[in-house]
Amino acid sequence: MSSIPSDLKYTKSHEWVRDNGDGTVTVGITDHAQELLGDLVHIELPTVGAEYGAEDGCAVAESVKAASDVYAPVPGVVIDVNEALDKAPEMINSDPYGDGWMFIMRVDDEDALGELLDAEAYEEVAAEA
Amino acid sequence: MTSLYELEQHDDFIARHIGPSAADTQEMLQTVGAESLDALIHSTVPASILLNAPLALDGSRTETEVLAYLKQLAMQNKVNKSYIGMGYYDTITPPVILRNVLENPGWYTAYTPYQPEISQGRLEGLLNFQQMVIDLTGMDIANASLLDEATAAAEAMALCKRSNRLKTDKFFVDAGLHPQTIDVLKTRAQYFGFELVIGNPHTDLAQHEVFGIMLQYPGTTGAVADIAAVIRQAHEQKALVCVAADLMALVMLKAPGAMGADVVFGNSQRFGVPMGFGGPHAAFFATKDAFKRTMPGRVIGVSIDSHGKQALRMAMQTREQHIRREKATSNICTAQALLANMAAFYAVYHGPEGLKAIAGRIHRLTNILAKGLRQKGVELLDDTWFDTITLVSSPALSLQGGKGAGVNFRQCADGNIGVSVDECKTGADIAELFDILLGDGHGLDVATLDAEVVAENFSGIPTAYARDTDFLTHPVFNTHHSESEMLRYLKRLENKDFSLAHGMIPLGSCTMKLNATAEMIPVTWPEFAGIHPFAPNEQTVGYRAMIKELEDWLVEVTGYDAISMQPNSGAQGEYAGLVAIRRYQESIGQGQRDVCLIPSSAHGTNPASAAMANLKVVVVECDANGNVDVADLRLKAEKHADNLSCLMVTYPSTHGVFEQEIVEICGIVHQFGGQVYMDGANLNAQVGISKPGKFGSDVSHLNLHKTFAIPHGGGGPGMGPIGVKAHLAPFLPGHVVLDSSPHPNPSPARGEGLKDGVGAVSAAPYGSGAILPISWAYIKLMGAEGLKRATEMAILNANYIMQRLSAHYPVLFRGANGRVAHECIIDIRPLKAASGIDESDIAKRLMDYGFHAPTMSFPVAGTLMIEPTESEPKEELDRFCEAMIAIREEINKVQEGVWPADNNPLVNAPHTLDDLVNAWERPYTQAEAVFPAGVSPTAKYWPTVNRIDNVYGDRNLVCSCPSVEAYR
Repeated sequence: MSSIPSDLKYTKSHEWVRDNGDGTVTVGITDHAQELLGDLVHIELPTVGAEYGAEDGCAVAESVKAASDVYAPVPGVVIDVNEALDKAPEMINSDPYGDGWMFIMRVDDEDALGELLDAEAYEEVAAEA
Repeated sequence: MTSLYELEQHDDFIARHIGPSAADTQEMLQTVGAESLDALIHSTVPASILLNAPLALDGSRTETEVLAYLKQLAMQNKVNKSYIGMGYYDTITPPVILRNVLENPGWYTAYTPYQPEISQGRLEGLLNFQQMVIDLTGMDIANASLLDEATAAAEAMALCKRSNRLKTDKFFVDAGLHPQTIDVLKTRAQYFGFELVIGNPHTDLAQHEVFGIMLQYPGTTGAVADIAAVIRQAHEQKALVCVAADLMALVMLKAPGAMGADVVFGNSQRFGVPMGFGGPHAAFFATKDAFKRTMPGRVIGVSIDSHGKQALRMAMQTREQHIRREKATSNICTAQALLANMAAFYAVYHGPEGLKAIAGRIHRLTNILAKGLRQKGVELLDDTWFDTITLVSSPALSLQGGKGAGVNFRQCADGNIGVSVDECKTGADIAELFDILLGDGHGLDVATLDAEVVAENFSGIPTAYARDTDFLTHPVFNTHHSESEMLRYLKRLENKDFSLAHGMIPLGSCTMKLNATAEMIPVTWPEFAGIHPFAPNEQTVGYRAMIKELEDWLVEVTGYDAISMQPNSGAQGEYAGLVAIRRYQESIGQGQRDVCLIPSSAHGTNPASAAMANLKVVVVECDANGNVDVADLRLKAEKHADNLSCLMVTYPSTHGVFEQEIVEICGIVHQFGGQVYMDGANLNAQVGISKPGKFGSDVSHLNLHKTFAIPHGGGGPGMGPIGVKAHLAPFLPGHVVLDSSPHPNPSPARGEGLKDGVGAVSAAPYGSGAILPISWAYIKLMGAEGLKRATEMAILNANYIMQRLSAHYPVLFRGANGRVAHECIIDIRPLKAASGIDESDIAKRLMDYGFHAPTMSFPVAGTLMIEPTESEPKEELDRFCEAMIAIREEINKVQEGVWPADNNPLVNAPHTLDDLVNAWERPYTQAEAVFPAGVSPTAKYWPTVNRIDNVYGDRNLVCSCPSVEAYR
C-alpha cells in the first residue's frame, strides 16, 4: 500500500499539494503515481515565472515505460522548481513527498485549495487506478 | 495424366511463400476445429463484409516469369548521367556494402530493435550513423534517421515551435531551399497553424518576428552563403535556426553547429545509397543537447547489461507516439534503418581521409567546370559553390547535345540550368559537359583548366567557410578500410542480430512475413536503382508503368478508387489521408469539422497524426471484449455531429479481432457527417476476403512493408501509400517538381501546390520508388488465388497458435465463434500477479529458445501479441508453442518456489556465453539456461549481451560512439 500523508491535499491526476501557509503551495507526484510510473529517468520542470490555470499541463515525469504529464493543481504562478531533479530524478521514487518535490506555485485564489481532495478521498482514487 | 501446363508449375511460388503444406493445413484445421479454410474464414469474418467473388487479378506466375516481365518494364527506363542534384546524387555503393548489407536478408529482414539484446549489430551501425552526423554537422546529438529531407524539415520546424517561447506563429523559410522541401513545409504549416514567410533571409529576416528560420547550406542553386551572419541575426531576434545541409559538402565546409545552428538536417543518400527514383534513403537530424528531449524519431543510446558490460539500445522511447499519443513529439514511427546503416558503413569504409578525397574530387571537378564556363562567357548565378553551379539562361549555351547525350541537368523554372557534380563523375565527364553546353570548337581542355585551378588556388568555397575541424576521429571510422576488414566487420555485426534468417519473428501488428529473394532482386537493378526522382518522364516509362500496374492492383484489392504512392511510411499515409479528408470537407463548406474519434485500442500513431492535422481527438471506449463500444461511438458521433470530421479505426482491430459491427460503425460515422479512416495496419487479414473500400471506409493507408512483403530493414524503410474513394481523390498529395497525383495538373511548375489537392507530404513524388517493385512482384507472384490463400493461412496460423497456447495462457480477446483474426493476445498479468514473472521476462527467455519475442504490452500493457503470418511452417509454429509451454512450466517452478523469484532462468534471461564462462552459482543448470527443451546445440542462436538496463541508459544518456576501451 502506498503512502498517503494526511496533512497533504491531492488531485485526481495524482499530484500532492502542500499548503505552505504563505499563499504558496509545494507540488509533487504521489507515492502511488511514482509506483505506477516505475524508475523515473527525466523530469521536465516548468519555467519559473510561468502562469498556469488549474489542470494545465506544466511538467512531465518520464520513466522508462511512460511519460506522464503533471498538472497545475490550482491556478497560479511557478516561483521555484526543484532543480536537483535534473541530476537525480530517482529522488521522486525514493522520497516523493520530501526531496522529490517538483515545484512551488504562488496561488492566485486560495479558495481553489478547498476544492482539492483530502487524503481519504485520494485513497479512493488511488484504489481505482 | 498431368497436363503440361500443370507440370510447368505456374503457381509454384504460392507454396513457397506459405509455410504449412497441404497436409499440415489439414491437421491444423482439425486442431482449430474447422472443416476447411473456407469454413474457418466464414466462422471468423462477418458475413456482411465477405467478398463473393475472387479478386480480378491474374493468376500466380513463377519467379522466372515475373522477373522476366519486370526486367522488360525496367528496360523501358533510361538511366542518364544525372547532374540534377536537388538533394539526390549518383553515388557508388561500395560492392562489399551492396552485397553484404543491401542485398543481405541478415540485414534487411530484421525488425526495429525493440529487443536490443538480439539487435546489437544494427544498433552499433546506427550509433555509427549518429556519430557520423554529429561529427559532420558539429551538433551535440543526432537521431538514427528520419524518412526524407523534406519531412525532416517539417519536423525541424515543429521542434522550433515546441522549444521557443515566442508567441508568434510565423516561421521564416529561405527561398533557397529545395522546392520539394518548401512544398512539404507548406503542407505541414497549414495544419499546424503556422504562417510561412518565404524570402531572402539576408535582406528580409529583420522585418519579421518569427519562432524559427530555415536555411539551406549550400543553397539549392549551389551557393555557399554567409549563413553565420543570418544565424547571429536570427538569434538576436530570439528565433531558432534550422539548417538543411549536405553531408558530402560538410566534409569540406565549416560545420553549421560551429556557427550556432539549433537543428541541422538533410539527406544521407549520397553516402552510398542508390537514388532509386526518390528513396528509400535515410534523412539525418541533429540538434543541441538542450533540445534532445523534443527531438523526433528514434535515438540509439549506450547503456549496460546485467553484467555491467556496455550494450546499446533505443533511448528515450517514451517520447514516441505509442506512449504519448496526441502529445507525442511527432507521429513518426519507422526510421530508415537499413539505409542509415548503409550510409554509416560508407563512412566506416572510406574513413575521413577517403571522404576528403571524394569530396575534394567533386569540388575540384566543379571548380574546373565553373572556370571553363566562365572563360567562355557563361554567367554563373552564384560566386560560391561546393558541387553545384547554376548557369544563367543565355543563347550562348548550347543544349543541343542535352538529353540526346544521355545527361540530365536541372531545368529551372526561370530557364536557368543547374549542374550538380557527384562522386561518379570524372574529368572525362567534365570534358563531355563542355561539349554539350558549349557546342563544338569550344577549345577548353580539362587538364589545362585543372592546372590553372591548382596554380590559382581557385575554389568556390569562401575561405571563411572551409572546414577547419577534424571529423570521424573515432577508431571505427579508421579501422575497416581494406575489403577483408570491412567484410568481417559487417559480418560480425550481422551475426549479432536475430532476423528472419534465424527464425520466426512473431511480432503482433508487424506482419513479419517472407520477403522472398525474387521480390528483392529488382531493387538493385540499375534501371530502378539509378533513376533520379525528378528525371524527365520519358526516362521513367518503365517505372511509371510498374507503379500504374501496382496502383490498379491495389485498387482491386482494397475497393478504393485511387491510390497515392507518395507517403513513405504508414504514419505519413495517415497524415496524408487525414489531410485529404480535411481538404474535402473544406471544399464542401464543412471546414469546421475538426473532431476525430479514435477508439482507445488504437495505435498511438493515430492520435499523433490527428493532432498534426489539427484535429481534436475524442476517445471512443472499448467494451469488455475489446471491441469498439458501439453505443459510446454513437453517443460521441451524435454529440459532435456538427464538428465530426472522421473516425480512425483499425480493422481487424488492434486486439486481433474481426469486429462484427464494423459495417454499422462506418454507417454511424457517415450518418453524422464524418468520414471513415481505416488504418491499414492489419489489411493483411483482409486481402482477397474483404475490401475496406466496399464496406464503408473512405480512406486507408496500406503498409506495403507489412501486407505486401517489403522487408522491415531492421527499422525501416516502410511505405504507406493511401487508397481513397473517388470523392477524396482530388485531394491526394501533389508535388511541386513532378506531379504524381492521379489528376496531374497540366502545368508542371505549380509553385503554390495543387489548387484542389494537397501539397506534397514527402520529398519524392512516388515516395520510396525503389522498393515498389517488391510489392509489385509479390502480387504478381501470388496472383488472386495466392493472395487470398495467404490471408486465410495467416488467420489459420494465428488460430492454431491460439488453440495450442490457450490451455497454458489466458487469451485476452476473441471474436465470433471464439476465433481470433491474424494475431492473438495472451494475458501475462495474472501470471505476474501469481509469480512475479512479467511479459518482459518471457520475451527475454524466448531469446534463449531461439525466438524473437512477440509484441510486448501493445495494445494492452502486460500482454504479448503474437502474429505468426502465413509464411511460418507448422514446424516453426510448433517449436514456438512448445517453447512457450516450456516457459509456462518454468514460471510454475518460480510460482511453486522451486526457483527463487530473483534468481531463475526467466529473470536472468537472456543467457550468453559470458554467463557460462563466469562462475555459475544459480539454482538451475547451465544446460537449462542455454539449451532448454527443444533447443539444439547445432542450431543455437546466442544473444551477445545480457539483459539491458533501460533505467541506466535513460538516466545516463550517451548517444555517440563510446571510447574503444569501453568495447573491451
